[in-house]
Amino acid sequence: MDNIAGKKAGLTWAIHISVVVLVALWLFPTLGLFVSSFRTADQISGSGWWAALSTQERQLPAARLAGDEVIIDGRYVISGELFPNTSALVSAWGISAREPEANVPGDTVALEGEVRLLIDEEGRFVLSGPDSFEGQRLPRVFSTAAAPPEFTLANYERVLFTGTADAGVGNALLNTATVAIPATVIPILIAAFAAYALAWMDFPGRALLVALVVALLVVPLQLALIPLLQLHNTIGIGKGYIGTWLAHTGFGMPLAIYLLRNYMVGLPRDIIESAKVDGATDFQVFTKIVLPLSFPALAAFAIFQFLWTWNDLLVALVFLGTDDRTLVLTGRLVNLMGSRGGDWEILATSAFVSIAVPLVVFFTMQRYLVRGLLAGSVK
Amino acid sequence: MHPALAGLVTIALGVGGCIAYFYLSNLVLDKVLYPARGPNIGRNINRANMIRPWLFLFPALFVLMLYLAYPVLATLWLSLTDRSQGGAFVGFANYRQMMDEPKFWEAIRNNMLWLIVVPAASTAFGLLAAQLTDRISWGSLAKSLIFMPMAISFVGASVIWKLVYDARPEGAEQIGILNAVWVALGGAPQTWLTLDLVNSFFLMAVLIWIQTGFAMVILSAALRGIPEETVEAAIVDGANPFQIFFKIKVPQIMPTIVVVWTTITLVVLKVFDIVLAMTNGQWGTQVLANYMYDRMFRAFDWGVGSAAAIVIMLLVTPILVWNVYNVRKEMR
Repeated sequence: MDNIAGKKAGLTWAIHISVVVLVALWLFPTLGLFVSSFRTADQISGSGWWAALSTQERQLPAARLAGDEVIIDGRYVISGELFPNTSALVSAWGISAREPEANVPGDTVALEGEVRLLIDEEGRFVLSGPDSFEGQRLPRVFSTAAAPPEFTLANYERVLFTGTADAGVGNALLNTATVAIPATVIPILIAAFAAYALAWMDFPGRALLVALVVALLVVPLQLALIPLLQLHNTIGIGKGYIGTWLAHTGFGMPLAIYLLRNYMVGLPRDIIESAKVDGATDFQVFTKIVLPLSFPALAAFAIFQFLWTWNDLLVALVFLGTDDRTLVLTGRLVNLMGSRGGDWEILATSAFVSIAVPLVVFFTMQRYLVRGLLAGSVK
Repeated sequence: MHPALAGLVTIALGVGGCIAYFYLSNLVLDKVLYPARGPNIGRNINRANMIRPWLFLFPALFVLMLYLAYPVLATLWLSLTDRSQGGAFVGFANYRQMMDEPKFWEAIRNNMLWLIVVPAASTAFGLLAAQLTDRISWGSLAKSLIFMPMAISFVGASVIWKLVYDARPEGAEQIGILNAVWVALGGAPQTWLTLDLVNSFFLMAVLIWIQTGFAMVILSAALRGIPEETVEAAIVDGANPFQIFFKIKVPQIMPTIVVVWTTITLVVLKVFDIVLAMTNGQWGTQVLANYMYDRMFRAFDWGVGSAAAIVIMLLVTPILVWNVYNVRKEMR
């Protein structure tokens, strides 16, 4: 069937090209963030991330000369490097903000009072004068430099391991994991038992309960916030992890029951009935037969619930709170966007830290995720 | 105790507690309450089997009722009371107050736009991607990459797209790709997120980007389920690929398209993170869920906040009824 297109070479090409364009559109935004997280603040603001692999020529911020003074041939001399840590090549420089590109490397410029300044291509400078520079402010140098492509892990080190206000991301990562893992594990067993009852046990009201689960599946959790917060305060949990775990368990329950029931209904009737004829109780049938057979559905739900709890913002804000100690990654990111909206090196790195774990889960368990989606929505 | 440690303990307690509950309750039922022996063995077994489903269901039902069913009613009640008057019943005063706020109508207007644009665009892109990737050798890789945003949080996606929309003053090097392209085409750099009317569409793009993969996966499975005879017959009759797609394939997967559409509609109605993170409802981009959050947790006006939540619930209700109707039909 697929060779309908194959008959026309032009159409095949059109398809390949359209898919390349689609994939590029869908991949580029994430790629931009990923590349940016490995660049320094100067690089990010100096050029777009797509230029990260090319040599960049850009104006550097003014640098004030500094160094130790020595006396050579009766003149006081200070020498050093403009950019000690990088390998940029100077293409032009100047000493006034109005003419930052007045001189080329190798020029010697005469300043006030017989002071001379020489800057070469590699950013080395020599400042010399007849009097000591002691106590004086040394001149500022503006430079335009070509820096080779360069990537750094410093951003990651900074957001993950420095516990200062601009980071806190390491702590938030731990908080997110603390929320997400129990909130993923706990609902599974509860839902599995219920799903088995709804799939394979006969009792009055079963159809009604299935309908109820389907109805609750779409109830917006926005409605649950205030009443549950009041409830948690009344029973003494207040804001904290326990309340957040409970809330996630409750909100994930309809999907869990629905997915697992749909899967369990499709299990072969013969196996279950012959086990019952052989004298197995429902409890044994469930634990020995249905639960192991349902592994794909259990995995699918676990992935959904993990992605959802890891990525959630609203539930964490409301039930866990907004102070620095308990803020989860998503909440931290929103704060960073407000307070450090222009500091892309911090923002991009923090964002990438927050999406790295879901991406790993996604790419390793995609099979189960797709299967779960299909079980959940296609009839 | 460190919260992470508490988390591990909770996992152990939660899972252990569940196992213990299910095991012990079954044990009590079978051995103590209605033992399968003695003179009434037949009656006992029957009774135990009548009770057992409820043992299996109890924890899940309890959680469902407490965390989803009860709050709906409680929120309905809250929306009719006033917190500042000690929770006194005030009728529809909160709703009237909400209707008088221009921000509410802005949110309604934007939500309607979102409801039209996002499901339509996601489904269309998803259908396109599904159809195209099914025909090429590297299709599954392409699918993976288009599907990937599904794993990214709304907040993470907001950061990603904020970089795309980033604007620098005219003359400076643009680091946002949209402005870079725009400037290369001869335009002046724009701060896209503050442009009235269009900025909502830039926020919608984020959700479309996330949801397209979902639509693609489901629709691709549906496309593969189409009986080949129908397509073969169309080829024999001389239909071109476009006719085959629109006249043969699309009508056959219509039920799936409806499911995808409604699922994305549900996501749209609850969209909150994207707006909060990118504009916080400024510059005319407010949506209902963020309006509600604003009233509830910034203005601490629970009445109006709950009223907004009820409006979201009302918008969801047709889909709820439709889903329940379908499931009941299926179970018959």
